[in-house]
Amino acid sequence: MDMTETKSALSSVSADDARDRGGKAQPMLIARGLQKHFPITGGILNRTVARIRAVDGVSFTVMKGETLGVVGESGCGKSTLARLLMHLIPPDSGELIFDGEAVAAKDGLEVRDMRRLMQMVFQDSYSSLNPRMPVEDSIAYGQIVHGASNEAAKQAARALMEKVGLDPNLFGPRYPHELSGGQKQRINIARALVLEPRVVILDEAVSALDKSVEAQVLNLLRYLKDVFNLTYVFISHDLNVVQYVSDRVLVMYLGEVVEIGPVDKIYANPKHPYTAALLASRLSMNPDDRVNEPPLIGDPPNPINPPSGCRFRTRCEFAEKICEIETPALPQDVGPMGHACACHMFVAKSGHSKSIMHAAEDVTPSSPAESPS
Amino acid sequence: MSDATVNNLQPKASEVAPALKVRSYWQTVGYRLRYDYMTLFFGFVVILIILSAIFAPLLAPMDPYQSSMLNRLKPIGYKDFILGTDELGRDILSRILYGGRISLTMGILPVFIATVIGGLLGIIAGFVGGRTNMTIMRIMDVFYAFPSILLAVAISGALGGGIFNGMMSLTLVFIPPLCRVAETATSQVRNLDFVEAARATGASTFSIIRVHILGNVLGPILIYSSSLVSVSILIASGLSFLGLGVTPPEPDWGLMLNTLRQAIYIQPVICALPGVAILVTSICFNLVSDGLRSAMDVRM
Repeated sequence: MDMTETKSALSSVSADDARDRGGKAQPMLIARGLQKHFPITGGILNRTVARIRAVDGVSFTVMKGETLGVVGESGCGKSTLARLLMHLIPPDSGELIFDGEAVAAKDGLEVRDMRRLMQMVFQDSYSSLNPRMPVEDSIAYGQIVHGASNEAAKQAARALMEKVGLDPNLFGPRYPHELSGGQKQRINIARALVLEPRVVILDEAVSALDKSVEAQVLNLLRYLKDVFNLTYVFISHDLNVVQYVSDRVLVMYLGEVVEIGPVDKIYANPKHPYTAALLASRLSMNPDDRVNEPPLIGDPPNPINPPSGCRFRTRCEFAEKICEIETPALPQDVGPMGHACACHMFVAKSGHSKSIMHAAEDVTPSSPAESPS
Repeated sequence: MSDATVNNLQPKASEVAPALKVRSYWQTVGYRLRYDYMTLFFGFVVILIILSAIFAPLLAPMDPYQSSMLNRLKPIGYKDFILGTDELGRDILSRILYGGRISLTMGILPVFIATVIGGLLGIIAGFVGGRTNMTIMRIMDVFYAFPSILLAVAISGALGGGIFNGMMSLTLVFIPPLCRVAETATSQVRNLDFVEAARATGASTFSIIRVHILGNVLGPILIYSSSLVSVSILIASGLSFLGLGVTPPEPDWGLMLNTLRQAIYIQPVICALPGVAILVTSICFNLVSDGLRSAMDVRM
């Protein structure tokens, strides 16, 4: 696929987006205290006996044009977070601000309008396409839903298929089972882009692909980001991929954000012990760097009944009394480009024996010059 | 030489893939059926059977009600009676042609109504889920607990004989299995990511059901209901056989089988003829539904 050629043909796309409403400095997406607890019902009367705290008070911002990587173990609430952002499942509490407008609030952005501006690519490329629909119709469906004529929608679908590197004449009439995994995921990406969204949530979008195809799709995503002026929320458990695509990284553990910051800072100097353990779990390309001990022992605790205080304390090697008593808060005042971490070790005088040392260390890297606000 | 290298990058006109027509799902099914000669043939036979029932007054050589004591239970080809006569000397061929009218109505109409009602209930139950699903499906289970023929006999018995009551009982009998097929198919499809993706594009529930659910669910429902047509004819015959459906002297395949049973030692071939009519119709419907099934499975 010759990307550079198509790129030059699209040079008319300017950095400023006409759909921009909140101004350049306004974050594309602000999530504040998003929370979703799934009830577990039991007994004869179907009463709620417990709650799974899938996403428990998650706050973050996504700047315009950036890629926010979301990492974490399986079951830490990454996919629930994606569905909360799309309002596919309504959040229990918390608010979502899309380009300055509150979503699903009074006088705010309606969910239906928000979905035009924010789209999602799912992990399972096969089940996210209707098996009884030619893929061209699958792509066109989004526009038809929003009132485009059949002809216009098909035209848009064919144009997008070309953009994602599939010949519409060859692949348009095919059914999903007639495509390979990578081709199906390209169709899914085209389907997400047909409404001309500003934000695309990629929920493990490349995880199910084999490595060579994964690389192709990642490059395609990078190319599309430039062409369509997109903002990505990239959810993955693959730390290397996240490092490759992200501008900033958000680390989740058991439904909470434990660390957020620019990708280089987090990968070079992880603050939270969990982030450090995650990064240490990556395999090295150098056979001499053998790891004989797992960086982290045990499974994450049950999200139905999470540990008191810091949720990571049961597996943390630095855990002390204070971690059990008090929940470390994620500092919200670091600015959109700052590096924040929810750990007592990084709060001065928190009561943790290592707190002062780390806090003193912390003064140097997070200089205010890097954060625009 | 350098020119040639450059040209290699440009696909030649002959190498550009010809634009294939994008067929919608139902167009694809139609296209596939067009080349399935087996199904086409048996579909043609089904149509012939239906037409012969509709035009029975024109086709029947004799009056199906006209009895003759002199010509009772005559063999095939006796005088003008092409397929012989029954125990009252009535022409079998005419009675089979006329009997098709009632038998086919009893076979197709209840299944059609049950497909609409049962399919709708099943799709609602499967898509909404939760308590709605439980309410609908448990009620269906109550009906499902009885063997279908027993249930049909029970309902017909309670309502009394007659064609209309017979059809009503058949409809009630077929709603639960169709509802269950629809519910299973719907709840399977509902949890797939493409439904979620359709919701994420902002599609309304109605549009999702119409475009995404129906396309995936209608196949199994239609296939199952077309196979039920033959079952319906058989149960309707059974009802007539028991005296609950059609009343004599009305010609009906099941009823004819019932009355001719007494003459089975005198004219076994004649007695079997209405049964042959039921058999041929059933087989044709089953084979057509089989062809429909393979045409609708685009993955094959």
